[in-house]
Amino acid sequence: MWDYTDKVKDLFLNPKNVGEIEDADAVGEAGSIACGDALKLTLKIDGNERITDAKFKTFGCASAIASSSILTEMILGKTIKEAAKITNRDIAENLGGLPEEKMHCSVMGMEALEAAIENFRGKPATKVETGEIICKCFGVTDTTIRRVIRENRLRTVEQVTNYTKAGGGCGTCIENIEKILKGEIDKRTKTARDKEKQPAGRRMTNLQKINIIQEVINRDIRPQLQKDGGNIELVDVDGNHVYVNLTGMCAGCIASTMTIKWIQEKLKEFVSPELDVLEGGDMI
Amino acid sequence: MSRPILEPCYIYLDNNATTRVHKEVFEAMLPHFTRLFGNPSSMHLCGGVVAKQVREARERIGALMGADPDEIIFTSGGTESDNLAIRGILESNPAKKHIITTRVEHPGVLSTARWLESRGYDVTFLDVDNGGNLNLEAYKASFRPDTAVVSVMWANNETGVLFPVEEMASYARERNVPFHTDAVQAVGKIPINLKELNIDLLSLSGHKLHGPKGIGALYVRKGVRISPILLGGHQEHGKRPGTENVPAIVGLGKASDLALKNMEDENTRVKQLRDKLENALVSKIPRSQVNGSRRRRLPNTSNISFEYVEGEAILLMMNELRIAASSGSACTSGSLEPSHVLRAMGIPFTMIHGSVRFSLSVDNTQQQIDFIIEKFPSIISDLRKISPFWKESYGRHVKNFS
Repeated sequence: MWDYTDKVKDLFLNPKNVGEIEDADAVGEAGSIACGDALKLTLKIDGNERITDAKFKTFGCASAIASSSILTEMILGKTIKEAAKITNRDIAENLGGLPEEKMHCSVMGMEALEAAIENFRGKPATKVETGEIICKCFGVTDTTIRRVIRENRLRTVEQVTNYTKAGGGCGTCIENIEKILKGEIDKRTKTARDKEKQPAGRRMTNLQKINIIQEVINRDIRPQLQKDGGNIELVDVDGNHVYVNLTGMCAGCIASTMTIKWIQEKLKEFVSPELDVLEGGDMI
Repeated sequence: MSRPILEPCYIYLDNNATTRVHKEVFEAMLPHFTRLFGNPSSMHLCGGVVAKQVREARERIGALMGADPDEIIFTSGGTESDNLAIRGILESNPAKKHIITTRVEHPGVLSTARWLESRGYDVTFLDVDNGGNLNLEAYKASFRPDTAVVSVMWANNETGVLFPVEEMASYARERNVPFHTDAVQAVGKIPINLKELNIDLLSLSGHKLHGPKGIGALYVRKGVRISPILLGGHQEHGKRPGTENVPAIVGLGKASDLALKNMEDENTRVKQLRDKLENALVSKIPRSQVNGSRRRRLPNTSNISFEYVEGEAILLMMNELRIAASSGSACTSGSLEPSHVLRAMGIPFTMIHGSVRFSLSVDNTQQQIDFIIEKFPSIISDLRKISPFWKESYGRHVKNFS
């Protein structure tokens, strides 16, 4: 039995906004009966491109119905532009999470919304798939696979199958999915590395930097020190130099050099790899 | 589950998945956890008493299907029995490299066959028709000089359709090929007399006939040679080593006794309940159909499809009413593809995803069936209201129902 959240169960049993708007301004369809789930979304959109009504009809399991229902609630009152930013992760999060194997239901919601927005702009209600069909059993293109890998930071083929269904049928496309996945992961690591190369100071103002350092100290560093009866205060930040005072049991502790080193690692990890941590007492 | 499941409120119609251990079975097992704990192989009386009970259990299981006690090998369940039968035969006759089976077998056989294929064996997977029936001519034509074993299920777990294993086994005997049948769903539900049949190996499982889980048996006809797939001690004539699971064996013995006693009830009262449920649902609900030929079927199973709705959603709605059943939809299969059995039968996807399997047992009552007949149709109509494929005009479809 699936481990659904109470929110999913509630929306499955009491779905909101069920139906079909007769004179809809936009219609979006995703999925198919062969795939086991399908969603038809109809929208009313006013002159300011604001969604004033949203209704759905869904063929599918509990999580497909709940995903569709929450989607209509999420987009009501939003402009087309705002709605376009909604990802499948937002849908899943608003449901309090979905079982990993059911994430494809949230992707279906996102796809129907996209199709509706494109339909509003004059395209057909069923999204015209761009790209190459990778999974023939469920008709999933490389464009969809790449996008879902990126937006959900997927790492394995199994996850790709859970999120898009690709590879869940005969399995002959798994090799191709592996290739796409490897390409996307390589890209992701490269972007992360490039980001690291940029000096932190250029991206953050001094005030932003101080706020983030304070936040990391409060969240990750102080609780650890307090466990040993110690504490920490942030004295000053000067460029990439962070001055701190160790107090309580930490003050004068022979292991304080080790502690400073550990604090430096934490701040490098969460704030910027450029930072140097010094004991503030030396400065004042 | 936050709500406790109160058993008396639950209408359990998922007996092909598993059954409730019968009270008498449970009571027969109990002393073997504490007082009668001995190892049947021991020389002292602690073991001797237990060995006697294991022997009796063997006799009881034999009596249920017309087998000699010596022809029963205890295993951990249906899947192990299937593995032991097929791999045990192949191992004892390594020169032959061809296997005959069907597309609709239980994974215990299907996965074994696919694995053997990857190890260099040739496997013929026989097709079924729209009603889930085999073509006997195609079966006969599939034999080859190097055919090592035939494995064909007796009753299909999803549809309840019975294969003509009696006739098929006779043909295999003519061709001198050992015939195995996975009879996990058949044993205890329909009368079986192996003395009159040419079946060489038969798998059964305890928990499908109100016995405990973790116990099964493989019937191996006298004179049929199989090699063990586990190595160890002398138990079960070395065919299945390991200290006997005595409490479960005793439980299976008792369950076999009860199954024999209940056989008539199963094939009359339970069958009538099943037919009543099936006829009522199919006539009340438009765009529904029974999957599998109704002519030769288990008395307890009914597989019905409701078009344009999805099975998991149906099951969860049923669960709200405290009714338990199964579905062949993709969402309930644990994979993304729906039932391999219904697909092999060529049932359209619109029907497969909305299939529900009701499997009854002697525990079910008239009242329960009436409750389902009253409540179930609105589950389907509610789900159809939110289905994009459903059109109100479909509901006006008039069915000629006999």
